[in-house]
Amino acid sequence: MNTTTSLIILALIISITLIILNNQLTMTKPNNDKLSPYECGFDPLKTMRLPFSIRFFLSSNSISTIWLSIALLLPLPWAIQLMTPMHTLTWTITILLLLTFGFIYEWTQGGLEWAE
Amino acid sequence: MSSLLSNLLSPLMYMIPILIAVAFFTLIERKILGYMQLRKGPNIVGPYGLLQPVADGMKLFTKEPIYPMNSSPMLFILAPTLALLLALSVWMPLPMPFPLANLNLGFLFLIAISSFTVYSIMWSGWASNSKYALMGALRAVAQTTSYEVTLGIILISMVLFCGDFNMQTFMTTQEPMLLVFSSWPLMMMWYISTLAETNRSPFDLTEGESELVSGFNVEYAAGPFALLFLAEYANILMMNMITTIMFLNSPMTTNQPELFTTFLILKTMLLSASFLWVRASYPRFRYDQLMFLLWKNFLPITLALCLWHSSMIITFAGLPPML
Repeated sequence: MNTTTSLIILALIISITLIILNNQLTMTKPNNDKLSPYECGFDPLKTMRLPFSIRFFLSSNSISTIWLSIALLLPLPWAIQLMTPMHTLTWTITILLLLTFGFIYEWTQGGLEWAE
Repeated sequence: MSSLLSNLLSPLMYMIPILIAVAFFTLIERKILGYMQLRKGPNIVGPYGLLQPVADGMKLFTKEPIYPMNSSPMLFILAPTLALLLALSVWMPLPMPFPLANLNLGFLFLIAISSFTVYSIMWSGWASNSKYALMGALRAVAQTTSYEVTLGIILISMVLFCGDFNMQTFMTTQEPMLLVFSSWPLMMMWYISTLAETNRSPFDLTEGESELVSGFNVEYAAGPFALLFLAEYANILMMNMITTIMFLNSPMTTNQPELFTTFLILKTMLLSASFLWVRASYPRFRYDQLMFLLWKNFLPITLALCLWHSSMIITFAGLPPML
């Protein structure tokens, strides 16, 4: 059992202990007003689920694509130690240029407009 | 006995002071914000208000935790637990000057854990079954994941200078000169990205008081709210310590390691006080301005600087040693 695992388990135990402590130390008197969702005093008029705005989906697509390219760039600290640094530089520039061209395309096509 | 020491006592000795530091950081925030607004912060509870965090902690843990009627109970309880778990675990590879676990991929671990924190925001917003919480959570998720992109690219650029994802190589690299002098544009963008990453003013749309009344944690009451709150402030302190380690690291003299710790904490506290200063000074960004800043301002510059960093060290044969 190494230190990493034990630290994560201990942090989990601390979090769960705090929540259980809160539940046990308090007396709960639930009534209808307390348990209803926050709506500035009114009863909820409609269902609570929002329609999902497409702009969030677009931005998450862009983020995914960029992170894939960054994942390709992650071995760079070891790549620059290779015996042929020109290969490394070529491939690094290729990956970054691909990323940049995709980004330029998205920018000009309006994918980043009020990119919420 | 030694396994008990390393497995139980060392992590505890990390986590308990972090929680105490977070508690007093909330007091510092209220005092500094108060003095910047020409009033005093809390000064009633103890001498100079020093017992205020204790009083806040006792209040939060003796109030009734409310689990709303239509909320999804599993996710509702899991989200704050996950938040605090991650906020405490991420301190593991930080060298102060000797880390708890000297991970060879310490910075990668950091980025992975920060990305995982997004889940807790998403689950808490969704499980609250309230329109305000959901809207706050969606905006927070989009904001956090967007700013993590520049965090990752800036990290790669800096790691290229230092040679490894290990945090102690940053100590070695900065012994001649601090990295802030060579990469100050990246440091400025990193600092602002950490402001956005921790949902801190002026990027605090997710908890926008006047718009969303506390955003994704509107339905959270006492204990779970305290956990989310602790996690947020622990993330602030951790991000500032990362900024210090990456850009402003002090020289490490093995004769006096406590001097290293002193300077590290001093610089971390100065940066955290700047977080509070920024909170008192700037109005909140509009959401599309926030996204514009990242996608159209930060991302092109960071991509260009990443290319610059990688080509420059190969061109001038300035490769970092592989330790």
